[in-house]
Amino acid sequence: MRSFGILLKYELKLTFRNMNMIISAVLMPLVVMLFLGLIYGTKPAGKGLEYTFIEQSFGALCAISICAGGLMGLPLAVSEYRERGVLKRFWVTPVSPVKLLAVEFTVYMLYCLAFLLTLAAAASVFCKIRVRGSLPAFMGSWLFTMVSTLSIGMMAGGVANNTKSAGLIACFLYFPMLIFSGTTIPFEIMPEGIQRIVSMFPMVQGIQLMKKVFLGIPVDKGWILVCTMAVVTGICAGISVRFFKWEVR
Amino acid sequence: MEETIKVERLTKKYGKLIALNELSLSVKRGRIFGLLGSNGAGKTTAIECMLGTRQADGGTVSILGCNPRKDRHRLFEKIGVQLQECAYQPEIRVFELCEETASLYKAPDDWQNLCSRFKLDKKIKHAVKSLSVGERQRLFIVLALISNPQVVFLDELTTGLDVKARRDVWKILSELKENNNFFDFSFYG
Repeated sequence: MRSFGILLKYELKLTFRNMNMIISAVLMPLVVMLFLGLIYGTKPAGKGLEYTFIEQSFGALCAISICAGGLMGLPLAVSEYRERGVLKRFWVTPVSPVKLLAVEFTVYMLYCLAFLLTLAAAASVFCKIRVRGSLPAFMGSWLFTMVSTLSIGMMAGGVANNTKSAGLIACFLYFPMLIFSGTTIPFEIMPEGIQRIVSMFPMVQGIQLMKKVFLGIPVDKGWILVCTMAVVTGICAGISVRFFKWEVR
Repeated sequence: MEETIKVERLTKKYGKLIALNELSLSVKRGRIFGLLGSNGAGKTTAIECMLGTRQADGGTVSILGCNPRKDRHRLFEKIGVQLQECAYQPEIRVFELCEETASLYKAPDDWQNLCSRFKLDKKIKHAVKSLSVGERQRLFIVLALISNPQVVFLDELTTGLDVKARRDVWKILSELKENNNFFDFSFYG
């Protein structure tokens, strides 16, 4: 645990030295919420609906960071270390791939958390949103969606041979997820046929779950979704450790 | 005298090129073993096959009674390695790299003392990328010694070091070897 703590401490320090993370974790959600607040304010999501457009989209907005961090940031960070030879230096020490992956996983979890907290603070100030359902349930649904998505990214980073293939895998995962999950184009306005197809993506299901829980809409068989995400996480974690690559070959 | 490293008929091929052809060697405790060869002779391949970071095509390796591929965790607790190409996180500082490396071992040496011996104490707060080639080489030797190793593998130990620096490094390594009865050096360069 001591080495995990020290590795995590220095990885976080290194992350802060590069301003990208701070900009995307703190500045971006503030700017996004400011603009959305100016455009939508406290407008209801639709005729006769109690909740506002922002409240309906809050889960999807949180998912921006999950997408960016989990499907782009994390795989590229791990594969960049591999390409530079940093992982090879760790190879000749007693550290296990589990610990190294867990450290990077935790860094990106904290990034997603910082994004969520900043977004929530800005949304409550600029758009006066409130949680209409259960806050602990929302945090639980956010946690499950984040962990399962980050585990997919961790798998891509852990097994990709080099940065180029990690980047390809990341793009293959990231862009469809960004476009169709509801983070950029609202799920509700997509044609029904497309809705049915994209509903198979775990993250799309996760966002729908977050939305319903946030708005207090009853969730039908949510436990199936949670179990699916747990299975996805377990499989991805297993693959990333079993097929972990210490160096580019 | 106890054998710390035993290599038998180690073979490695890259396609048709035979890099290692049934290499056998044995190093006893307290000895310095130097593997010399021209560029491309297979020195780095030999060290990587011995450490298990490259899969050999044949032969057996035993270091301190451990199989490097099967007992990785146990073996690397007892040895230190300085690779030919040493990589580090881009923005990391010397003290951060030392502390991070020390944390990976159960009983590490005092890295500050090692940095002083290798004349890096004034550079502890500097970024690793800002060090000169010689300073960086000395830092990676420090990292190889942080684990308080029973065996040290050094690949291209004196690359980037001027004549005086080479003599200084050898002097420090010889002193460390004398002061610790269990020290064993393997030099590949």
